[in-house]
Amino acid sequence: MESDVLVVDDSAAIRKILQRVLRQTGMAIGTVHEAGDGQEALDLLKAHKIDLVLTDINMPRMDGLQLLGAMKASPQWTSIPVMMITTEGGETKVGEAVRLGAAGYVRKPFTADQIKEKLAGIVELALPI
Amino acid sequence: MNLKESLVNSISGATTQVFSTMLGLEVQVTETLVEKGMPEATDGLVSFIGLAGTWAGTGSLTCSKNLGCRICSQMLMTESTSIDEDVLDAVAEITNMVIGSVKTDLEEALGPLGLSIPTVVFGRNFTTKSAGSTDWIVVRFQCDDEILSVKICLAPSDKVSHVIPHSLGQTCVVDV
Repeated sequence: MESDVLVVDDSAAIRKILQRVLRQTGMAIGTVHEAGDGQEALDLLKAHKIDLVLTDINMPRMDGLQLLGAMKASPQWTSIPVMMITTEGGETKVGEAVRLGAAGYVRKPFTADQIKEKLAGIVELALPI
Repeated sequence: MNLKESLVNSISGATTQVFSTMLGLEVQVTETLVEKGMPEATDGLVSFIGLAGTWAGTGSLTCSKNLGCRICSQMLMTESTSIDEDVLDAVAEITNMVIGSVKTDLEEALGPLGLSIPTVVFGRNFTTKSAGSTDWIVVRFQCDDEILSVKICLAPSDKVSHVIPHSLGQTCVVDV
């Protein structure tokens, strides 16, 4: 069974890198949707069945923490695991992400192995693969 | 350690780590200096990110067109030979990572700081200036045969005349 993933980052470069890393994980990845901010991500969540979300924090319009909060407040999206991938390393932002229910947190700059390792843990716990 | 030494150490460490991890490129510090007043005209790419909190200012990364293309090629595993959207985006994201890492270091001493969305400029024979009179801490690196500069100006918020990020629709003087 393939998992559809939503990658949210205002940088197209990061979205491309994450697409590539996802394809290298060995996970059964179906469609990888891309959004440039939290609002676009919510629109895609409404339109598609998403199994996993990878999101940046600092983005225009709606940031990653607001997106995470909106997802966890919605019964239809609350069980979707959300992994934060961000330059934000301060305790305030990390603590906020954990409090809101983030499944994982990776700081930029990241290696492909770091992403794969975090995803493996999340997949084991949450995804139907 | 004073603020200047902390910034130089933080910029050096962050830039080295980001270039190594994300691009597989080695950078070496060649010069550190305090830049007062307006810098000389330059060619190439400049990427800016605003910092805001109890202290505020701007971080920037400057490089040639060739190094900008190299950054994009290494990051996306493609061949970039001219400035396009991918190159601008890659340079913006690398700046975001470098200044974001410096910001995290600074937060230990200065408290929480916000980071704006990066802006990248590409052109020839242009000068940049930040509003106010704060000096820039500059660290220059060599990357292959190219020069890369990472700069930060930072001051207590009550001494900074232009604090970014700002909201859409809010009046803002951009003096770049």
